[in-house]
Formats: sequence, structure tokens, C-alpha cells
Amino acid sequence: MKKPIAGGSGSAARLEVALPHPRTSQPARLTRWLESERLLATMLLTPTVVLLGLFIAYPFVMGVWLSLSSTSVGNVGHFVGAKNFVKAWNDSIFRTAFWNTSYYTFWATILKLSLGMWLALLLNRHFRGKRLVRASMLLPFIVPTVLSTFAWRWMFDPTFSVLNWLLYRTGAITTKLPFLSDGTYGLWCAIVVNTWRGMPFFAITLLAGLQTINPDLHEAASLDGANGWRRFWHVTWPLLKPVTLVVVVFSIIQTFSDFQLIYVLTGGGPANSTHLLATYAYQIGVAAGLLGEGAAISLTMLPVLFIVVWVQLRYLRRLDGA
Amino acid sequence: MKTPTSRISRRTFVKGTGLAAILTSHRAPAWAQGTKLHIVRWVDFIPEADVELKRQAPEASKALGAEVVLEFINFNDLQPRITAAVQSGSGADIIMMLYNWPHLYANSLVDLSDVADPIGKAQGGYYDVFQSTARVGGKWLAVPHGVVGNAIAYRRSWHAEIGVKEFPKTWDEWREVGKKLKAKGRPVGQALGHSAGDPPTFSYPLLWSFGGAEVDQSGKKVVINSKNTIEALKFMQAFWKDACDEGGLAWDDTSNNRAFHAGEISATLNGASIYIVAKRQQDKIKDAKGEPLVQDIEHAALLPKGPAGQFAMYVPFQHTVMQYSKNQKLAKDFLRWLHQDANYEKWFQVNEGYSVGSTKKWEEHPMWKKVDKPLQVFRQAARQSRMLGHPGPATGKATESYTKYIIVDMFAKAVQGTKAEDAAKWAEGELKKIYEG
Repeated sequence: MKKPIAGGSGSAARLEVALPHPRTSQPARLTRWLESERLLATMLLTPTVVLLGLFIAYPFVMGVWLSLSSTSVGNVGHFVGAKNFVKAWNDSIFRTAFWNTSYYTFWATILKLSLGMWLALLLNRHFRGKRLVRASMLLPFIVPTVLSTFAWRWMFDPTFSVLNWLLYRTGAITTKLPFLSDGTYGLWCAIVVNTWRGMPFFAITLLAGLQTINPDLHEAASLDGANGWRRFWHVTWPLLKPVTLVVVVFSIIQTFSDFQLIYVLTGGGPANSTHLLATYAYQIGVAAGLLGEGAAISLTMLPVLFIVVWVQLRYLRRLDGA
Repeated sequence: MKTPTSRISRRTFVKGTGLAAILTSHRAPAWAQGTKLHIVRWVDFIPEADVELKRQAPEASKALGAEVVLEFINFNDLQPRITAAVQSGSGADIIMMLYNWPHLYANSLVDLSDVADPIGKAQGGYYDVFQSTARVGGKWLAVPHGVVGNAIAYRRSWHAEIGVKEFPKTWDEWREVGKKLKAKGRPVGQALGHSAGDPPTFSYPLLWSFGGAEVDQSGKKVVINSKNTIEALKFMQAFWKDACDEGGLAWDDTSNNRAFHAGEISATLNGASIYIVAKRQQDKIKDAKGEPLVQDIEHAALLPKGPAGQFAMYVPFQHTVMQYSKNQKLAKDFLRWLHQDANYEKWFQVNEGYSVGSTKKWEEHPMWKKVDKPLQVFRQAARQSRMLGHPGPATGKATESYTKYIIVDMFAKAVQGTKAEDAAKWAEGELKKIYEG
């Protein structure tokens, strides 16, 4: 087919050029598909959606189903409604585990935040070997939790505790401290180990936040006569609040659902006094094989975490708006 | 005309010659190339026992024509491993189980009556305890393998120093002796934490010896909250304070072995492992004078007597074949091979009484003439063992209660300061959820 070139005028200037037929072949269709943003987005998202579906959504839905069923090891079970949740709530060990989890999360988060902040402020200063100190600070975070907790367990061992030995030798104590053989001591030992392990995460993240604060602001505050505390409270803290909130949210989620540390350190004992929800769910669901009841105990963490995270993120949004 | 001849088909020929080959070679047919038989067992407290089994694995592989792979895991991790295997329908073909666990996993196990019955009959019968642990609904769901007995290992010289020549016969006497020893910094060591061996094997017999029990003989009615249980708890509170190392609340099954070898405790309920390890590592495990500690270790069989008598709960071990296994026949063949006298005997001798046989025949083995006197108490120990749920049947409910450490925790709560009455009431509530819920 011959078509006049657009814009041509007059017969002399009239040129006729043979244009190719519109291409209807396969590559053209493919190119068009590839250029379609919707299709591209679908293609890029599909692997993620599949992975999330397989490893997040499916186990979650399965967990919900298990919690509503009487499934036990080797037995399919049947729908029992909220029976497992009611049973859990009437269970004194569950209530202890729930209280322990909240207590453990609260104190561990407070300690990690305050010590992490203190460490971040120190590391934000200039001193010799700063890089080395920063790198070595991450060690507790890098060492596998099970491994480091085993080391702590040896240090708290009821018979061979090096800490007891040290305190006894220095005259600080006359009888052994019951680090892991007393529920209260045991839980505080776990809080200490959790703080030791989690503090670097706080420190490094807060340090990153600190380094985004313009030094001019501090300088101006100093010129106005603000001392160190006032500079922190009126300059650093407001600017660091969004980062802090995000770190705290992550930490609460991780600490509330902590398993490894208690499992290795105390196994939930003595007499269930240090069980957390995760370790108790494991004991009931996996060790005793009562999968329905174990899933119900485990799922009780969800609403608590949801509320905590929702409140904090809402606050964060308000901060952003301000 | 064709004359009738007895024709042998090619298939019949192959079958016939194949069988003849097996019979003459004394070897089982080879399984498909690459077939593996995966066996999970605990990490034995007698390391040489695992070494012996590992040594036998290639022999078994050769005899069975398939690769036998042994895996040893911490025995507190066995139950989680079983749950994971059953729910995922994959994992080891054979898993070792303790106590009466086969009741809890009955729906997932293969009937092994055709393996267990002939072994039992040929070897003078299994110990009674296996009737309630490995047999479920009249079927053998596990092949009994051995019994780890326990006794009180104690320091002979330390007891002699306070004038004790014979180990106390009653709980009250032991409390008095323990009190004197604790005053000298040599307490009794007893684990009361969440661990599968020592805490339950101490707590259950103590409860029974005072006349307490989880359930009645029917196994359905919870009777824990009784005067007898409260008496047992009150005794334990006093015994713990007066005579025991209070760190035992955080101990697992290895802690008392280490504490005894380190000279930290004067006595502890244990299998023969404290003695045997001290004997085999004489150059390392020594007393304060530098002498081999083994020379100072004595065993007292059975825990002391209480108002209702003297009881023991030993740990029966058995092998189960999982229903999901694709090698069920091979697994059965392996268990038959394992229990052949020539193979079993080697493992049995390495144990030196730590684990005794599952059948009475092994009480007569010449090994008993050679083993040290302190180990002789284990020779017939398995005859006296009661099981979880006593005096009722050892059902899956009893296993569930054991797995949740309810009896152990009842005692642990009491020694931590909970009133005896409240500890019994707490246990009653927990047990009712299991037995009557």
C-alpha cells in the first residue's frame, strides 16, 4: 500500500513511499506485553506473592486452622471452635507464660533502648579506634543466639557458675546465687542475655539516626546556652524519635515472640516459671504433640503484637504529619 | 504326542535360584541401589555404646543390602523430632522411644508384632514393663531394646565419715544423713528441671512410696490431690532444704553426672553411667586425694522406702517403625538383625549394666560374673519397674502428663515455696484437663 507522506503539499513534492505492513507477528505482541506496566508489575510481583503465600500466608492460615481444631500428632482432628483458646486462658501455666512474656518484653526493650541510646551517643563522638569499637559492638548480634546462650548458660550454671565463683572469691556473696534455679532470677538472667544480644541493633540503628542530625543545630543550641541534657532533649530526641519508634517496634515483635534464648537457657523451668508464650506453645504443640492447643497458645501473641504495632505506627504517622 | 513333563518357567527358575542364593550366602537380598535406612536414637550416656552401634552399622548394611544410617540426638529432642516427622510424613524410618511413648504416637506406628513376638519368645520373654510401654491394643508397636535402670550413686567414704556404713533404707533416714552431709558442703544432688530422665524417675517413685498417684487403678479418675500426695510434698520440701543442692531445680540429666564427678555432691539417683564413665576415665576423674573416683562410688538399689513401700521407675527403650516409612520391611529386617544374639551381645556387653537387656535371658549372660560389684544391682533391676500412670494403665494420657512435667513441677513448685496443699491442687487441675477434659 502506498501512502502520501503527511505534510507533503503540491503534486511535484508529492512523494510516495512504500511503508511496510503493520507487523502482527509474535515478537511485536511480546514487546507490547512487555511494555505494559500492568503486566510487568504482575510479573515482578508474582515470585514475591508466591513466596509470601507459601511461607507466610499458608503457615498462618494453617496455624489458624490448627488452633480451631483438636489436631494432635498423628490425628487429623476436627473443628472445635474457640475451645483451645478457652482452655489456654484457663491454664495457669499459660497465664504465667503470658505475664512472663509481657514482663520480659517490657524490661528487655527498656534496657535495650536506654543502653543502646547511651552507646550510640558515645559512638557518635570522635575517638581513636572508633571504627574498631563500632565493628566489635556488633559481635553479640552476629554470634548465633543458641551458641551465645549456651555460653551464658554455663556462666549461670547452678553448680559451676563462673559468676558465682567470682562473686564468692571477691567476698560479694557468701552463698551461691540461684541464677537459673529460681524463677525470678531466671527471668532476669534471660532479660540480661536478651539485652546483651539486642543492644547492638538499637545502638547501630540509633547511631545511623544520630548521624543524619545536622551539627549546626547542636551548635546553635550551644550558643543559646543549652547544656548537654537540654541539647539531647530538645534537639536530638525529637529528631531521633521516628527512628527510635521503628526500632522499638521491631524489637517488641522479636522479643515478644522470642524462643531460642529461653529454650536454651532455662527450658521454661523451674516449674514453668520462666516459660514465654513461644516456649510454652512449643512444649504443648511440638513436644507433647497437642498441635491444636499449641497453635492456639502461639496465636494469642498476634492480637497483642497487632495492637502494640498499630498504636506505635499511628503515633509515627502523626509525627510524620507534624 | 507330547509327553507330560514338569516344565519350569523362567520366572520360577529365577525365584528358585534367587532364594537358593540368599540361603547359601546367608545374606538378605539387596534393596534398590541407594536405599537408606535411617535410624534415630538418643546420645547414649555411655559413649562406647553409640560407638559400638556405629561400628555395627556397616555390618548391618552388608547383611541387609541397604545402607544403615544412624543418627544420635539429645534425648530431650526426641519427642519434638517425632512430632515433626509424623506431621510432615517424612524422616527417619526407625525412631527410638522411651517410657510408654508408643501410646502417644500409636496412630503413626507400624505393627511390629511379627518382629517382637518371636524375639521375646526366643529369649525367655520380655520384662513386664514392656507390656505396658511397647504393646498398644494387643499389638507390639515397638520392639523392646533395653532398660536403663537407676540406683543411688553415693560416695562411700563421705558417708563412712559421718558413720553411715549402709545406705539409708527410708526417706526419713536419708533426710537425716543428707542433712549432715549438706552441712559439710556435700549435698544430695537431684535434678528437678524439665528433663526427660532423672526428674521423673525420682518424682514418680517418691510420690508412689507415700501412697500418692496421678490416677486410680482405672486410669480415669484423678486422685492426685490426696493426703498421701501432700505428705510426699511436705517431705520433699524438708528433704530439699535440709539435704539437697538447691540448684537442682535448673539441672538436666547431665548435671548430676558432672556434679558427682566434680566432687560437688554426695549422692544422686542415676543410671550406672556415673560409675562406668568414672571407671573408663580413671586418669581424669579423681577425688580430692588424686585417687580414681570410681573406687569411692557405691550404688544403692531402689529409692528409699516410704509409708506405702519402695518403688522404682526405670526407663524402657524401644524401637518403632514409622508408618510413613517406605522401608518398613527393611526396617523390620534390621530390627531382627539387631536382636540376633551375636550382634546384640556386643552392644549389651559394652553397656556393662547401664542398659540391661529387654528380655530376661540377658540376666544370665556371663558378663554379670565379670562386672564390678556396684554394677550388680542393675542385673535384675528391670523386673521391678513401674510405669507412668501407675497404678492405672500406662496410657497416652499418662505420657501427656509426663511430657508436660506435671508431677515433676508439682514437686518443684513445693520446694520453691508453694504450700504443699496448693501444689497438689495445681497438679489436680492440670491432670483433670488431661484425663477428664
